[in-house]
Amino acid sequence: MYPDDYRYTTEHEWVRVEEDIAVIGVTDFAQKELGEVVFVELPQVGHVYDAGDEIGTIESVKAVAEVFTPVAGEVVEVNEALADDPELVNEDPHVDGWLIKIRYSASSDLESLMDAESYAEFAQQGKH
Amino acid sequence: MSDSSAVPAARPPLRRTPLYEAHLAAGAKLVDFAGWEMPVQYAGVIDEHRAVRTAAGLFDVSHMGEFAIAGAGALDFVQSFTPNDVAKLVPGRIHYSALLTPEGTFIDDLLVYRLGEQELMLVVNASNVEPDFAAIAALPRPAGVTLENRSEQIALLALQGPRALSILQPLTATALAPIKYYGFAQGQVDGKRALISRTGYTGEDGFELYVDPHDALPLWRTISAAGAASGLVPAGLGARDTLRLEAGMTLYGHEIDRTTTPWDARLDWIVKLEKGDFVGRSALVAARARGAKRQLVGFEVISRGIARQGCAIVQDGERVGAVTSGTWSPTFEKALGMAYLPVALAEVGTAIEIDVRGKLLAARVTALPFYKRPR
Repeated sequence: MYPDDYRYTTEHEWVRVEEDIAVIGVTDFAQKELGEVVFVELPQVGHVYDAGDEIGTIESVKAVAEVFTPVAGEVVEVNEALADDPELVNEDPHVDGWLIKIRYSASSDLESLMDAESYAEFAQQGKH
Repeated sequence: MSDSSAVPAARPPLRRTPLYEAHLAAGAKLVDFAGWEMPVQYAGVIDEHRAVRTAAGLFDVSHMGEFAIAGAGALDFVQSFTPNDVAKLVPGRIHYSALLTPEGTFIDDLLVYRLGEQELMLVVNASNVEPDFAAIAALPRPAGVTLENRSEQIALLALQGPRALSILQPLTATALAPIKYYGFAQGQVDGKRALISRTGYTGEDGFELYVDPHDALPLWRTISAAGAASGLVPAGLGARDTLRLEAGMTLYGHEIDRTTTPWDARLDWIVKLEKGDFVGRSALVAARARGAKRQLVGFEVISRGIARQGCAIVQDGERVGAVTSGTWSPTFEKALGMAYLPVALAEVGTAIEIDVRGKLLAARVTALPFYKRPR
């Protein structure tokens, strides 16, 4: 269910590390909670964020959810496909529904994140 | 990611309707609504919404309240505390009305059913059952008139959509086509006693079925099975809200509350000043003489984003109103809503801006309703 090579936050984001780039998205648990996504607001490429900053929002009919970056760094790419197909977040939250890519500045930010097994347990316990 | 719509964990136990098991079986996402554990969605708000517009949806609205008023003088009694004219309501007919304060503002909106010569049923919002009943009970009532809160003895299913009639007809000997909109018949559905009313809160054709709570679950299952081949799906409160919003229907706590009059809410048509006195009448006459300061309008959002209840409406840097209801419309695939604006800004086409979480979205005043079903 939750890819083994990803790391996870308590805010239901996932991180996939590709050398110096952190790819960030929201988990299957998150997309189920939200319902059908209709808008995704993403940051500008080039923006620099601290770990924990709000970097965008995902909106469904009944809710709007903020997305936070678990890592500090500079946004190098955002998923443009979501402008026309926001429902990719629902259909494929862990791959095609990715949100942003950040060139992270401190690998220590990644260390406190959960692994797949811990996250699966965390999500199982219900809404947090 | 944080979910700003998160419902806090319930503290006192939530009430459940007789259909709770059906909701669980259908995979419903359950939330606290007015102290009841209710399905907000099953397959998804958008899917359910579209099913109601193109086929049919089945809603559990058993949490709503029903009051029975009967006895010699019952008609005059209801006439005295509602703004619409019950003298024009023949047995078998229903009208939309309200419970108003002496200031002419809404305690609730409601439906009045004329069951018999001196027998009426009021159907009220789930969130207002207790205050509504208390308000009516506090009024001077003729000795022969009984007032009973029958909410616990009545379950309510709403079957809504263009295929509603064709799905329901095989289950009842009552001819459905002759029941006109806002009319009802007493009969049986699948052998169970039901008041079958041609009403709804979706802007589609459909029927609401008032039944004994013990019959509700079997009936839900029967109708679900009977309608499956026609595309019938269970539909939750999420879709109920997007549907009524598209249809321009008001919701208590949003467009109407104790600060709004029927004039404000574009509900002039439920106020029959000429019928005689009723609670709030003199205040409404005075308000009308003073002239409206604000008006309920529809709007569509042009920028990317959804404006929701409470968002400030801004013009030339000044806050001029607030969103009463807003959502993303599955039919029109854009963010829509309703708001109160000063009369001067209420003209269709007026450009406005809406503050959504600190960002100003461009929007435009539109006519209401957004959606009218094809006839």
